[in-house]
Amino acid sequence: MGLNNSVRVATVLSMTDQTNPPGKPPKGAGLEEARLRQQAIGVKLRHMFDEVVNEPVPDEFLDILRRADKRSSGEGGA
Amino acid sequence: MSGATNPPPKPPSADDDAFKKELVGLIPHLRAFARTLTGDPTAADDLAQDAMMKAWDARASYQMGTNMKAWTFMILRNQFYSEKRRSWRQSQLDQEAAERTLVAVDDPESPVALDELRLALATLPEEQREALILVGAGGFAYEEAAEICQCAVGTVKSRVSRARKALQATLEKGGYARDGRAAGDAMRSILADADRLSSVRD
Repeated sequence: MGLNNSVRVATVLSMTDQTNPPGKPPKGAGLEEARLRQQAIGVKLRHMFDEVVNEPVPDEFLDILRRADKRSSGEGGA
Repeated sequence: MSGATNPPPKPPSADDDAFKKELVGLIPHLRAFARTLTGDPTAADDLAQDAMMKAWDARASYQMGTNMKAWTFMILRNQFYSEKRRSWRQSQLDQEAAERTLVAVDDPESPVALDELRLALATLPEEQREALILVGAGGFAYEEAAEICQCAVGTVKSRVSRARKALQATLEKGGYARDGRAAGDAMRSILADADRLSSVRD
């Protein structure tokens, strides 16, 4: 699917480059082009989100959780 | 403790361990969601940590085996909005702060199109942005997103649809311009970048 998309996106790119007179998009291609643009935005959105997901988790998070776990497991006998 | 006559019916530590393991696995996703809500990495991590602790404290009310991701996202979202309500004045600054941060984050390594998209996202109304992120990036079904946002499924659908249209219009018309470059370039670089990303993926 990705490959297919990339070919089509490339098509739209070249369409935009050469055959589009400024101002008016070619008829019929408009809808398809809008769909492809939405797809491209979707790919970028997921990429943006996944970039953060793939970052290493700062130690702070696990430290906080570890402390809370100790507290709650009742090791209060100081 | 004394005589181990009969073990407790439900050893809480075993449940807690399972819960904790699942929660830890969700931290990266909570961070990503928080980042899109606040637009600021430091504030986002504070928010994600608060949400993580709220989820931990409320673990007794969570049913193992149900959708923990949606549950923690809802907690995070509620936390975000209740903090905002508490400081309504600050909420007015959020948009500016977000845009400032987004520009500041601008590093030469990251593809231009990503920055354009971040800026365009920042111009969306909050409820549209969160709906689009949940469905379009977080991988939630409309029904799950509705649960997280505590609204009707139809509401989520229309928010996502409006967000998509607005985003595209912003990227094409260029509601902003930067570095002296025509804002109309944004959509083109996004198309080119998505092209690159999707061909890398397979």
